[in-house]
Amino acid sequence: MRIGTEPVSKAEALDHGLSAEEFARICETLGRAPNLVELGVLSVMWSEHCSYKSSRRHLKQLPTSGPRVLQGPGENAGVIDIGDGLAVAFKMESHNHPSFVEPYQGAATGVGGILRDVFTMGARPIANLNSLRFGSFDHPRTRYLVNGVVAGIGGYGNCIGVPTVGGEVYFDAGYNENILVNAFTLGIVRNDRIFRAKATGVGNPVIYVGSKTGRDGIHGASLLASAEFSGEAEEKRPTVQVGDPFTEKLLLEACLELMELDAIVAIQDMGAAGLTSSSVEMAGRGGLGILLDLDQIPVREMSMTPYDMLLSESQERMLIVARAGAEEIVQGVFRKWDLDAAVVGSVTEDGLFRATFHKQEVVCLPVGLLTDDAPAYDRPANPPDDFDTLQVLRLDRIPPPGDYSQTLLRLLDSPNIASKAWVYRQYDSLVRSNTIVGPGSDAAVLRVKGTHKGIALSVDCNSRYCLLDPYVGAMIAVVEGARNVVCSGGVPLGVTDCLNFGNPEKPAVMWQFTEAIRGIRDACVALNTPVVSGNVSFYNETDGRAIPPTPSIAMVGLLDQLEHHTTQWFKAEGDQIVLLGRTREELGGTEYLAIEHGQVQGAPPWIDLRVEKQVQQVCLQAIREGLVRSAHDVSEGGLAVCLAECCITGPDPHLGAAIELEGAIRPDALLFGESQSRIVLSVRKRQLGRLREIASAEDVTLTVLGEVRGRRLVISPLIDVDCEELARVYYNALPRRMAADAQPSS
Amino acid sequence: MRARVFITPKKGVLDPQGKAVERSLHALGFAEAHDVHLGKYIELSIEGGDRAQAERRTDEMCRRLLANGVIEDYRFELQD
Amino acid sequence: MRWGVVTFPGSNDDHDALYALDHVLGQDAVSLWHKERDLKGVDCVLLPGGFSYGDYLRCGAMARFSPIMESVVELARRGGFVWGVCNGFQVLCEAGLLPGALIRNRSLQFICTPVQLRVEETETPFTNQYTRGEIISIPIKHGEGCYIADPVTLEQLEENRQVVLRYVDSSGRATPEANPNGALNNIAGIVNAQRNVFGLMPHPEHAVEKLVGGEGGLRLFQSLITAHADGTHRPAAAVAPGH
Repeated sequence: MRIGTEPVSKAEALDHGLSAEEFARICETLGRAPNLVELGVLSVMWSEHCSYKSSRRHLKQLPTSGPRVLQGPGENAGVIDIGDGLAVAFKMESHNHPSFVEPYQGAATGVGGILRDVFTMGARPIANLNSLRFGSFDHPRTRYLVNGVVAGIGGYGNCIGVPTVGGEVYFDAGYNENILVNAFTLGIVRNDRIFRAKATGVGNPVIYVGSKTGRDGIHGASLLASAEFSGEAEEKRPTVQVGDPFTEKLLLEACLELMELDAIVAIQDMGAAGLTSSSVEMAGRGGLGILLDLDQIPVREMSMTPYDMLLSESQERMLIVARAGAEEIVQGVFRKWDLDAAVVGSVTEDGLFRATFHKQEVVCLPVGLLTDDAPAYDRPANPPDDFDTLQVLRLDRIPPPGDYSQTLLRLLDSPNIASKAWVYRQYDSLVRSNTIVGPGSDAAVLRVKGTHKGIALSVDCNSRYCLLDPYVGAMIAVVEGARNVVCSGGVPLGVTDCLNFGNPEKPAVMWQFTEAIRGIRDACVALNTPVVSGNVSFYNETDGRAIPPTPSIAMVGLLDQLEHHTTQWFKAEGDQIVLLGRTREELGGTEYLAIEHGQVQGAPPWIDLRVEKQVQQVCLQAIREGLVRSAHDVSEGGLAVCLAECCITGPDPHLGAAIELEGAIRPDALLFGESQSRIVLSVRKRQLGRLREIASAEDVTLTVLGEVRGRRLVISPLIDVDCEELARVYYNALPRRMAADAQPSS
Repeated sequence: MRARVFITPKKGVLDPQGKAVERSLHALGFAEAHDVHLGKYIELSIEGGDRAQAERRTDEMCRRLLANGVIEDYRFELQD
Repeated sequence: MRWGVVTFPGSNDDHDALYALDHVLGQDAVSLWHKERDLKGVDCVLLPGGFSYGDYLRCGAMARFSPIMESVVELARRGGFVWGVCNGFQVLCEAGLLPGALIRNRSLQFICTPVQLRVEETETPFTNQYTRGEIISIPIKHGEGCYIADPVTLEQLEENRQVVLRYVDSSGRATPEANPNGALNNIAGIVNAQRNVFGLMPHPEHAVEKLVGGEGGLRLFQSLITAHADGTHRPAAAVAPGH
């Protein structure tokens, strides 16, 4: 066995993905060349995935604090106070590359990882969401990937007993070779019982708990997520980790049980770069060192080297710094749950990350070099060459539809608009008995047991807008999330983001990234929703083609009174249908333009953050006054699709609507344009007056569109379709595409 | 001793997985494939050298845990 | 009445069952740990949903060998009430307390959705608060809920009126379209011959509150509470249950 204590060469360092400059800096700092084990440690800790070296300086621009924020970025998850002595801990993370290589396990372990990030904070996970991007259905691998990812998310989440209550799914050829799997978890924690990952107390024992360590996933984070794909991704399959939700369920229960006892000083998930990153990051936050005895690591295979043990990404493992003397307490709890718990090291004061193996020191590196002093780059950023031409859209060259009813049906048949029931029916959305509004409405709403409160959750991003203008697109992702939360009766509290981009070494990609950050910043500042956690995923790029920029935003909101929860579908005949906000003559970046005219072109919809805030304020106040029977934000497909969804997404029988539309703008823009800051409400007729007062006080345009009536959606004089026909198309679009004959896996 | 246990759906019991795999094979052009059934394959080591006893014990393992007689058949091989 | 909810490693809906019994129905409900044998004097043991032992090997196959299950089998033999929901139903079939087995859904997919059920039999301690033929809505969430049994067993189940709940459409017909998982005869829930052991795939504990999933399952619990209070159920003790 090669233990790996000899100094490595520059060539070996380059093979590990370090640059020549980075290697030179390491040698200079250490006063020697690292050995192979140390090189492994350095290469993962300095990888894009772990060090955020291309994004760190830009992320600093984001607003991260506020009166309710108990924990911002930098920990396993962010935490926001919700009153009653409780807080929510949440985070979103990508698992894109592993999911493309092996969709079931990639998605499953993505869910497992984000769950661990949340329960290490001491929070009981109560909800999962996910944001998924696949290629177009004409791509030969799409159905295979959809099937695998959805089954993997369900397989893990269902088994561990955390409900998956919402999410979003888009299909676009831009993701043909790079799918996105972003997983979100939210947990509830007592605000005086938040656990963090900061090692303190020299001499405190470091305890390894959970599954044994195998060779799986070695270099998963550093190689898969920190370099572009070439056509050889298939060959990387052996490095993908395998998830074991059953063990994670035991780990979850054991950790939460242990947290009730006074034993834990710090705790961190062994995620990407496993034992290395968990030890180093905990030591780094505490300004201390950690010494590991690798002979004590529970291993699954014989003859594992120090290199294997330190870099393995075996799942369902945690590292705990315990109070000295509490070893027995920790081991007792884990024994009860039939899990391993081994004392593998201790906290030291030397500020070094050291590891011994067979009594020999195999790693000795300054913790600082692996954390704060890891490289941080200010990479060049320039708009892509086609940016100006992309934004040009000549409306006079877009012919209006011949038959608006048919256009509406084609939009409802678009996989990006159609019902995602085929997906979410495969997820347990009910376990833990908190789900008040499940998947299929604007935002999910969960109750917080023991209080009158509810949590509203939404995840959003229109990457077409982001491709056309990443600044505006990212702003819209934030405000749409907030709007969904507001439509469900909640006040937006805060955000976690998952920033998916191409290769940051390319100035055009870097520019998309910095513009998106700017957009998120401006929107979050305006809406008063700090970013408390998140993740950056670069190198979503194959053979030089990057994905459309996709900054997914998960918005978390609070309902002070659960009874305010509101759904998007019409409730009763005779209710008045009202539009808040103004419709502009704009079609840039719309689903209509893509589906009917085959164009991804133009400037994305105009957004004015002040107007957006006012519209949301009116909606929220109306809901709180009990005026609102249904609320639905207007997004992809425009007003016509929004109204159709209000008709057909509720329980049987579906309710129709009689709408009179008038406006000075093109009818296709009126019906299918995606102007922002618009919400469709339905209210009882007698409450219309009060709603008008609220809207006029906020200076928000209010238009009465018509009323809930019959079983047809009639938008005079252009559209007239039976609700059953709308529903048939809307609900069959995905099953029909997924049912097509079996597809090979490659 | 090494036991190799094969568990298959009982004849006549609904096998939705087998059917799905058969459909996929046909879609891929393997029209000749028929009667596809998905089962389980389990390997285990048995301590002690008495073959007759190992056979008895393995059979008991199958009956009690490894297979469900309501829906599954089993057979096994023993190797030294 | 005193209830016990078993927690196997991998049980998920144990908390929900306890919440339904305790918070919603005001019952005396305790948690039972799989490694123990003491049933803590409960009148009914509820085996909850989830993925006991990860559902590795087969759903419910390993849970049936837990120490607690020895006591549960014993309770059932004495005529005590045993109720299995979803994974609990699978455990009861594996343990031989109920006939038949549950296999992969016809669609091969996990399904989470509300379903319509027709109450087929009201002369059981679990359904005495319904009227025969009544249609109720309770959610299902399972990947392996397709009930099967050999033809003779199936005939006996029907003849003895042991089929308690069947999947139906909104007008009450047991059609193939209304069958979410391919279960034979659209079977969603059965009792044993002595009618003290009940297994069903739908999750009544997720249908006891207006706000969360509706109240379609509430009267299943109330039925058993009534039966226990009245002492109306006199199971034929000492008869081997199951097949």
